Amino acid sequence: MPTPPAPRQGHRPVAVVSFAQADNVRRESHRNEVETLMPVFSELFAATGAGITKDDIDFICSGSTDYLVGGPFSFVTALDAIGVWPPRRESHVEMDAAWALYEAWVALQEEGVDTALVYGFGKSSLGQLSKILCLQLDPYAMAPLWPDPVSLAALQARALIDAGRATEADFAAVAARSRRAALSNPKAQVAYDRTVDELLAEEYVVAPLRTHALPPITDGAAAVVLAAGDRAYQWAERPAWITGIDHRVETHALGARDLASSPSTAKAGQVAGVGAGPIDVAELHAPFAHQELILAEALGLGGGVDVNPSGGALAANALMAGGLIRIGEAAARVMAGTAGRAVAHATSGPLLQHNLVTVLEGE
Amino acid sequence: MSASEPGGGAGAPPDDRGPVTTLSTPIRLEYLFSAGIAQSKNLRGLAEGRFIGQRCPVCEKVYVPSRGSCPVDGVPTDEVVELANTGTVTTFCVVNVPFAGQSIEIPYICAMVLLDGADISFMGLIQEIPTDEVRMGLRVEAVWVPPDELAPSMASVRYFRPTGEPDADYETYKDYT
Repeated sequence: MPTPPAPRQGHRPVAVVSFAQADNVRRESHRNEVETLMPVFSELFAATGAGITKDDIDFICSGSTDYLVGGPFSFVTALDAIGVWPPRRESHVEMDAAWALYEAWVALQEEGVDTALVYGFGKSSLGQLSKILCLQLDPYAMAPLWPDPVSLAALQARALIDAGRATEADFAAVAARSRRAALSNPKAQVAYDRTVDELLAEEYVVAPLRTHALPPITDGAAAVVLAAGDRAYQWAERPAWITGIDHRVETHALGARDLASSPSTAKAGQVAGVGAGPIDVAELHAPFAHQELILAEALGLGGGVDVNPSGGALAANALMAGGLIRIGEAAARVMAGTAGRAVAHATSGPLLQHNLVTVLEGE
Repeated sequence: MSASEPGGGAGAPPDDRGPVTTLSTPIRLEYLFSAGIAQSKNLRGLAEGRFIGQRCPVCEKVYVPSRGSCPVDGVPTDEVVELANTGTVTTFCVVNVPFAGQSIEIPYICAMVLLDGADISFMGLIQEIPTDEVRMGLRVEAVWVPPDELAPSMASVRYFRPTGEPDADYETYKDYT
């Protein structure tokens, strides 16, 4: 049996062995969350080729938020999609499911937990997303000031331009490349082949951001199976080993941050060991086009890296699943053998407040 | 600029009401509700005066309404089952406490009703019987609103009333209390 690459964090090698996602759509008007997740789990388990079922899973962890649904405990009803009887060891984070994967990775460091199911789901279409996202800005004592997420992103983009590190044409180039890449992603929501000049001819939504620099509003779901040690080789021919994983958070006070840089991403990338070897593929969770530029700089990604071959969050932006999808897309390329070493990044909170970096490697 | 000065600025009438100590900032979010494919079948049934459930292909339990999945086996409950209009009271309580928005005169009975053929009970009102005569095992039937008031809502069921049958044997509903 081959030997997994040594992990930089933890003591037990853990790998992504399967990944599946629902179609990313503007509005899933027929299926509820359970009905959306069930086929994802079926595809996920089938993809291992080992005939696994929920009974082979030692730990379950999900990421979602009740603010999207407008009802309490939506993560509990989502468990109906798995069938948690007899009782299962299960947990949930009110965050993007990339952080559920982090919790599962921690659980897998224990003997007795060899496998984990991680999933995230978000129906962003049900509520008024621009208002809902305002509520994460005033979490403690203040009244909502209601700056909408696009206006905030525009402030960040402006800061990047003012720092002399990017132009509006750079934003358009990111969007053009991402949407073109999305043409080969059957799960993508927004894909097209347009030139930078065509995109720059669009009207501003909030200057300096034009339509192309904004993410779509997306309903979606995704899931990953993790396995530790030998079990990974039983469930995947070429597991995507997590050799580094770390997350860092910055203050919620936007005025106290340099919005044009991402020191939390840089630190997480450093701890996860991004720079310890060449990178073939990077899946960066950058909902707004300019954020990809900030992240690539923070991670020190050079010109030879294939950034967001899936199209990234500009092609589909299912809240609470989008970060996990970055890990899944990066892992899928390692498992397919088209990448040897990949970086996946996930973000949470306004304007890249909280960032998680994962390094995935094949043999 | 006067608006940003404490007390309303120069020239504002004196205000001796004291400092503001609390501030109310109402937040309102509006949502669409997406019932899903399975529950939509149940809701459409209610609009026709019928109870529609779904059966799990593994454990064969019938859920009414179904959310599309068996919560025990995690598989789709694709088989649609029409249930009877009759059922059994498995548990109940007498509501004697008035509260804001109450639409029924107290005391009244709120009960869990297990429809014949179903494997899960749901809540309903019990009427046309003195409150002190309601009991576990009581056989009841649904009384629906008039046809022109039927809607995709549990409000289509006005209440349940006794059928007059002998009480159900405890053994028949002991797993559903």
